[in-house]
Amino acid sequence: MKEFLEGSRAIAEVVKLCKPGVISAYPITPQTHIVEELASMVANGELSAQFVNVESEHSAASVVLGAQATGVRTFTATSSQGLFYMMEVLFNIAGMRLPLVLTCANRAISAPINIWNDQQDSISLRDSGWIQLYAENIQESADLHLIAYRLSEDKSIMLPTMVCMDGFILTHGMEAVDMPKQEEVDKFLPPYKPLYKLDTAEPLSMGLLADPDYYMETRFAIQETFKSLLKAIPQVNAEFKGIFGRDYGDGLVEEYCTKDAQKVIVAMGSVCGTIKEVVDAQRAKGKKVGLLKVISYRPFPYARVYDILKDVPRVAVLDKAVSLGAYAPLAVEVKAAFSGKQKAPRVVSSFVAGLGGRDITLESIKEIFLKLTQKEASLEFIDLKPELLTEEYGQ
Amino acid sequence: MDNKILFKPGHTACAGCAQSLAARLVIEAAGSNTIIANNTGCLEVFSTKFPDSAWNVPWIHSLFENCAAVASGIEAALIYLGKKDATNVIAQAGDGGTADIGLQALSGMLERGHDILYVCYDNEAYMNTGVQRSGLTPFYTNTTTSPISARFPGNLRPKKPMPEIANAHGIPYVATASAGFPQDIQRKVKKALSIKGPKYMQIHVPCPLGWRHESGQTLAVAKLAVETGLYPLIEYENGKLSGARKFAQLKPVEEYLKAQGRFKHLLGDPESIKQIQAIADNNILKYNLKAEAQKSD
Amino acid sequence: MFGPLIVKPAKSKGSKTGSWRVKLRPEFLKKNCIGCKLCISVCPEACIQGKDKETIKINYEYCKGCGLCSVICPKSDILMLEEESKGDKK
Repeated sequence: MKEFLEGSRAIAEVVKLCKPGVISAYPITPQTHIVEELASMVANGELSAQFVNVESEHSAASVVLGAQATGVRTFTATSSQGLFYMMEVLFNIAGMRLPLVLTCANRAISAPINIWNDQQDSISLRDSGWIQLYAENIQESADLHLIAYRLSEDKSIMLPTMVCMDGFILTHGMEAVDMPKQEEVDKFLPPYKPLYKLDTAEPLSMGLLADPDYYMETRFAIQETFKSLLKAIPQVNAEFKGIFGRDYGDGLVEEYCTKDAQKVIVAMGSVCGTIKEVVDAQRAKGKKVGLLKVISYRPFPYARVYDILKDVPRVAVLDKAVSLGAYAPLAVEVKAAFSGKQKAPRVVSSFVAGLGGRDITLESIKEIFLKLTQKEASLEFIDLKPELLTEEYGQ
Repeated sequence: MDNKILFKPGHTACAGCAQSLAARLVIEAAGSNTIIANNTGCLEVFSTKFPDSAWNVPWIHSLFENCAAVASGIEAALIYLGKKDATNVIAQAGDGGTADIGLQALSGMLERGHDILYVCYDNEAYMNTGVQRSGLTPFYTNTTTSPISARFPGNLRPKKPMPEIANAHGIPYVATASAGFPQDIQRKVKKALSIKGPKYMQIHVPCPLGWRHESGQTLAVAKLAVETGLYPLIEYENGKLSGARKFAQLKPVEEYLKAQGRFKHLLGDPESIKQIQAIADNNILKYNLKAEAQKSD
Repeated sequence: MFGPLIVKPAKSKGSKTGSWRVKLRPEFLKKNCIGCKLCISVCPEACIQGKDKETIKINYEYCKGCGLCSVICPKSDILMLEEESKGDKK
């Protein structure tokens, strides 16, 4: 059933359909509408969950950790500074293999303090052991939550998932969304059955101290699970299509006009919508361009990226984040996909755009295609304002 | 009382560790229908080193500062599952994990009114990391980060008044206890768990290693802290001071100080001892620790 | 395959902390014992068990020799003796 909804509202509706038992979050722009909607649903009885208003994001993550460990499906959401504040708890959750789902409303990181969208926050958590899925539009943001619960709670996976949606652009934008029905969700997402839980009927200890004789194997096990996720994600994506009639590429990546492309941009998130428009316009003019949309950043689908781009002469990677002092985070993964391989694009250029919410326009994308020449750009910032770079301090 | 041993032997606490004794007494008083969230610290490290665990109840390590928040999540989940009435939830931590890094999570848990018993094992320093000073380290204590020197006789700040801070949140029950009075610990745990809402208990637990005394003297040292008035055993119920362990005669603080190496530097310094006696005298007045002589009718 | 994550208490054997004793071990004389069970309640290892003065026993596999039982016994019925002294050698 299609409804015209604000992104945050769509997320709240879909989370309600997943029937979490405990929700806990701390307000931070631009996640606020999601948790406000959920609080309202709990207050008026639409959703029978325990809603815990905590005093910080660290405690929000701790509350959902404790609740999930007790065998109950949970939900939390955050952005930027909040994500960083709960960082140690997020590593703890992944290390304990608790299948939580968290919405990251992507927002830039201080300093300078900035509430608008870029992907620095979730990208900076890439080592945490969380599955990371990036959404292009509100429909996909909502659908990825269903996929997230289904993936995480799979007994052979048992890893938490972060659904990343661009703050303001997707959280506060409005779209016609096809909201699933409860029966469909119930068919796709069975009730949560924990592998192990805190239960007085069967006591056990969780989160023990592992000395050098034991630590490495837990980390190895998580890495192996990420390998199996490269198969599990397409499977779940296919199951999703079977019930809801929609899919997103193979769940790991989505190809858009890449088959015979001479130039392809690789990107994640809402900017892909803008890139698709430019690709359409340029294809209409006979230019062979395309988009490779990465949905799963963790696990990173190196093999798929290689297969799709190995014969493309020129590839541009668009990053909405930086790894200060090194190459950009998405570009680095894309380049690694070709390392030690027979074939590779002649040029893989890296472009950084949209930091701190600077708008990535159709013109910006066209400019990237133009800048994608024979000369490889190792790291280039797009749409900079040179007049701001002449500020001198301490005079 | 359960027949099963809930805190098993074979944990690697130091010999004579009062915190291990107190932890055992707490869980035995609480019973097997209890779930524990435990902060990082001595207790967590010596009781749960993989592949061993001393706990015969469901137990989870939270991290250093958030056992109160993790316990809040456990409590919320139990309410959702309809199991809260049959299950106790205990959040436990050391003094550093409570008064310093854990204060925020504790305050949030108390403010939200969760039905959880919070137990702070107060050995008056960050013992697990090597006897560093915490917010509950008493005045003039020698620790590695408040060391004695020509200029300073140790820690220069008084103990953070955690029981009063907890009480200020408007919770139904606050109590202090001491390893020197083991049955009192169990009585207070049972009383706390019979009350619905957030409860705070602070148990004084000497550390033979950090306080520098013989392992067999642990309980005697703990008793002295109470008998001098330096560690009053009190209860607050619904905001009001409802009980205090009184003594006909309170001992001079010097007896307590000379029993431990961490106060050795004060023994030749009557000025410093006077300042510490003033703290004890203040407690005696404030909590009315002197038992009134019996009037003969 | 998840690696080492949880421990079920039944499977946990603990360390044989009795090997920590180097100087002294508690000896239960069983002469003046009144079965007050204070020793049971103050042992941090929970290695003294028993229902009454006949059945109180100490598990020397775990006893660290801290001496708390000896100090607390109101009838001085527990003595800390040299570790090499006679008695059950475990």
